[in-house]
Amino acid sequence: MAVFPWHSRGRNYKAEFASCRLEAVPLEFGDYHPLKPITVTESKTKKVSRKGSTSSTSSSSSSSVVDPLSSVLDGTDPLSMFAATADPAATDSSRKRRDRDENSVVGSDFEPWASKRGEILTRYTTTEKLSINLFMGSEKGKGTATSAMSEKVRTRLEELDDFEEGSQKELLNLTQQDYVNRIEELNQSLKDAWASDQKVKALKIVIQCSKLLSDTSVIQFYPSKFVLITDILDTFGKLVHERISSLCVDHRSVLPDHFSPENVNDTAKETCLNWFFKIASIRELIPRFYVEASILKCNKFLSKTGISECLPRLTCMIRGIGDPLVSVYARAYLCRVGMEVAPHLKESLNKNFFDFLLTFKQIHGDTVQNQLVVQGVELPSYLPLYSPAMDWIFQCISYHAPEALLTEMMERCKKLGNNALLLNSVMSAFRAEFIATRSMDFIGMIKECDESGFPKHLLFRSLGLNLALADPPEGDRLQILNEAWKVITKLKNPQKREVNTVLADVIKHMTPDRAFEDSYPQLQSIIKKVIAHFHDFSVLFSVEKFLPFLDMFQKESVRVEVCKCIMEVFIKHQQEPTKDPVILNALLHVCKTMHDSVNALTLEDEKRMLAYLINGFIKMVSFGRDFEQQLSFYVEARSMFCNLEPVLVQLIHSVNRLAMETRKVMKGNHSRKTAAFVRACVAYCFITIPSLVGIFTRLNLYLHSGQVALANQCLSQADAFFKAAISLIPEVPKMINIDGKMRPSESFLLEFLCNFFSTLLIVPDHPEHGVLFLVRELLNVIQDYTWEDNSDDKIRIYTCVLHLLSAMSQETYLYHIDKVDSNDSLYGGDTKFLAENNKLCETVMAQILEHLKTLAKDEALKRQSSLGLSFFNSILAHGDLRNNRLNQLSVNLWHLAQRHGCADTRTMVKTLEYIKKRSKHPDMGHLTELALRLPLQTRT
Amino acid sequence: MGTSLDIKIKRANKVYHAGPIQIINSTIEMVKPGKFPSGKTEIPFEFPLHVKGNKVLYETYHGVFVNIQYTLRCDMRRSLLAKDLTKTCEFIVHSAPQKGKLTPSPVDFTITPETLQNVRERALLPKFLIRGHLNSTNCVITQPLTGELLVESSEAAIRSIELQLVRVETCGCAEGYARDATEIQNIQIADGDVCRSLSVPIYMVFPRLFTCPTLETTNFKVEFEVNVVVLLHPDHLITENFPLKLCRT
Repeated sequence: MAVFPWHSRGRNYKAEFASCRLEAVPLEFGDYHPLKPITVTESKTKKVSRKGSTSSTSSSSSSSVVDPLSSVLDGTDPLSMFAATADPAATDSSRKRRDRDENSVVGSDFEPWASKRGEILTRYTTTEKLSINLFMGSEKGKGTATSAMSEKVRTRLEELDDFEEGSQKELLNLTQQDYVNRIEELNQSLKDAWASDQKVKALKIVIQCSKLLSDTSVIQFYPSKFVLITDILDTFGKLVHERISSLCVDHRSVLPDHFSPENVNDTAKETCLNWFFKIASIRELIPRFYVEASILKCNKFLSKTGISECLPRLTCMIRGIGDPLVSVYARAYLCRVGMEVAPHLKESLNKNFFDFLLTFKQIHGDTVQNQLVVQGVELPSYLPLYSPAMDWIFQCISYHAPEALLTEMMERCKKLGNNALLLNSVMSAFRAEFIATRSMDFIGMIKECDESGFPKHLLFRSLGLNLALADPPEGDRLQILNEAWKVITKLKNPQKREVNTVLADVIKHMTPDRAFEDSYPQLQSIIKKVIAHFHDFSVLFSVEKFLPFLDMFQKESVRVEVCKCIMEVFIKHQQEPTKDPVILNALLHVCKTMHDSVNALTLEDEKRMLAYLINGFIKMVSFGRDFEQQLSFYVEARSMFCNLEPVLVQLIHSVNRLAMETRKVMKGNHSRKTAAFVRACVAYCFITIPSLVGIFTRLNLYLHSGQVALANQCLSQADAFFKAAISLIPEVPKMINIDGKMRPSESFLLEFLCNFFSTLLIVPDHPEHGVLFLVRELLNVIQDYTWEDNSDDKIRIYTCVLHLLSAMSQETYLYHIDKVDSNDSLYGGDTKFLAENNKLCETVMAQILEHLKTLAKDEALKRQSSLGLSFFNSILAHGDLRNNRLNQLSVNLWHLAQRHGCADTRTMVKTLEYIKKRSKHPDMGHLTELALRLPLQTRT
Repeated sequence: MGTSLDIKIKRANKVYHAGPIQIINSTIEMVKPGKFPSGKTEIPFEFPLHVKGNKVLYETYHGVFVNIQYTLRCDMRRSLLAKDLTKTCEFIVHSAPQKGKLTPSPVDFTITPETLQNVRERALLPKFLIRGHLNSTNCVITQPLTGELLVESSEAAIRSIELQLVRVETCGCAEGYARDATEIQNIQIADGDVCRSLSVPIYMVFPRLFTCPTLETTNFKVEFEVNVVVLLHPDHLITENFPLKLCRT
């Protein structure tokens, strides 16, 4: 194939721009415009009918044209729908309904059980081995087998007890995790059994599970076990309720939310009754209690008063449970389902509490004490096991309870000896305001408590939690503080001096014997409380003891956790950029700690998190107009955070920004001093980029920094950046890792190079190097790069180069950088320059044509066609078609594109139409002739 | 082609007041002789239970010695060439509520080592004092048995307290009578060492299939009793027996 010369089409960018531009038309007030905000002028929604029948009318747009967005919504936009429901009549009825519901539904201010669950599970753990005893069927070997039972009945009951015929399971030596898994399996098999219509098996599983709650071996785990097993009971309760509800629904009607038992049909009632009869015959007390409580809600199907009769009975039934711990958890469960189903029935809640007080003395009785001795558990670790259950009961009681009741409860607790446990629960559950106003009373009671039973510091902790939420009376504060001091220091008050004293005191107490090592969670919680109250970090860090307090976190993982908390709060609350040296010093220290925790084993996510936090800090540091100080801060930061790539990237961007800031301040005219400063910035970037790992990060940063250098008239530095980028390209691997997946890199390279070319257009040639030396160098690199086989990316790049060269041969370039003379002004259309340029074009074109030739194979014909057409388009856009040979080449390409029937006819038609249209423009007459030479192939 | 006969009984919506007849044997003709169209033919029927003589229509009851069962049989007589068809099925009879109001008969009880009979070595028994009451020993079969029990003191730890429902059937025969006691339900009301001086509720629902109103006829008797069973550590079993009278109102 002969060598084709290139002749760029002369362009008048200004004229082209003007001709392409849309004409701006001023908009009258009433005119329609899609981006104009919709204003609701009128809204008459009469009644929003339920099932989408559109009896509603609403005009909600000021425009005369129907707004496509609101028309989708059946003519009613959501806002006017709200407006419609908010009309007075509607609110009135809905308020009435709400009033009625008030009693039967718990408000959102009631802390739900779900939020307690996790806390209990993490707090009550054990390292001892557990066992699940899932048989009880043949109780031959067991002493507890009731001798009062006759043989026949036993067999009958065995059938009920054994949930899989012949299965006797006693799983011993389970770790806590095994245990949890096993319970989860049971939960699943319950659901499976139910789904496969094995209702009896489901019941058996639930009975077996509830039985586990009578087992108090490994007592430290009991609260967690309670949580796990009541989850299963909840599942069961829900399943039964759903099933009976579904029976109520005759083929047509739907059971309303507030149905009365009269609406329930006989089948549903009978089924429901059957469940209750079955449960009433469960032999053992504890399973019978739990299973019945779990379906408490189903009483609604039978009678209106069912629940109000059932709750007191179940409450009394708990009296039969001998073990005080088991019984208090049973009470907690009853209160829980009670609150869910009938929160207005407060009497039962109170009754549970009073009954509990009556049995309180049992804790110190022989049976419990013997058990503790056997298990080797001390009283101070036994008593806190009661807290979750008691806290919950107290919370239920105190919810919306009158002051008088709370006072009475408190008095009752006072009367009992060793009431620390009760006191603690009162403080955890009652309203913070209630506690806060009586702080002195509570301190008095705490002081009277017996030291041996419930740990006193826990009491002060509970008191402190309340005081953090509600302020105690002004006059009492100092005294409260003093009182609390004498015992132990857990009291918080968001005043600087007090906090400092607290921290100092905690340090004093924790330092001897490295006691802090055992209390990291508590210390962490102190820090969290403190930073939650101090949003002004300059005040926070001026608290003298804050940093020494931080020093107590000597275990690295904990230390880093704390640092992360601090940084999170900083990022969240710091509004203004800061240069406060106290904050900077302290936070640099904090960030350094986080950064230094990074090692080879650190997870990617962790690194990302740390980098995010440190970046957040860097962005918040500003020394205002003191740019040099700012740069030296970045220098310091670089030396500190060199292991986190995202931080380095952020620093480079920050420094580039700083250079551009400087330029802005100087309005583009650098003084000698600022010129030196921006060069320092550029140097910073230049030496930082090579330390990065990500290849495209480096490439893009080189390009970006080069652009910044160019904008600041640092020409040789810009050249250096671009050269560095060019010399880096051969290193681009074929595959790169993106979000953990290996992806081919070519498309990224293509994208980068196109971007690069746009910059190269305006980079002036170096006086000592040849014409277009950067472009030449880049072409060499592209030539030598090992491209994928079967890929046309190299040719695509060449096509882009052709565009670049065409743009470069124009008299005036498309864009410029202020105060930088590009090649157009340097060479001023010098013929030698243009000749060089054209020579390059010819080489590139030869490459393209060569490649097209190699594609003349069957499997590549499609690619040949599309590539040929794209080359044709390039010539059409950038070439001067008055040149005969170029003209001939384009005709050849047109034929090539169509030769094997691979071309998309529609594209060809459109292209031809475009050419014809263009030919009507002035100076484009020669295209008419070209169009005649381009036949359209009809597909056969 | 097979022909089958089926009886379906709907839930009774009528209570049949039975007259004094010992055995029921009523027959009604459901269809006059003729020919059924092919396919399924449903024939509704209804008839009162007229009892013979001066005997009572007892409730359905399945026991060990005593069985009271009511069956319904449907015969279809057919022509010489085809066999007659027969189908039977059981139906349940609940007697009409007994007239008159049930008079409650509360019982108070106290159990100590001294009140016990059949003790082998009284000296070995630990000391205890248990008091309680049943709200009534005359019980309505659909209502639970209720009461209270209170452990005032007990030297030994309590393991369990249970209610044992026992059914006693007595049958007269030539040589005298046969008596059989069966436990039909056992309900635990206290588990573990319960709190002293705190009353524990006594509450037991009568199981539907195993109980019927107390029955006393010339030939046989079906009676019920409840045992309050207390198990003490290490291995003491204390039982207190209360006869019950069940009825339906």
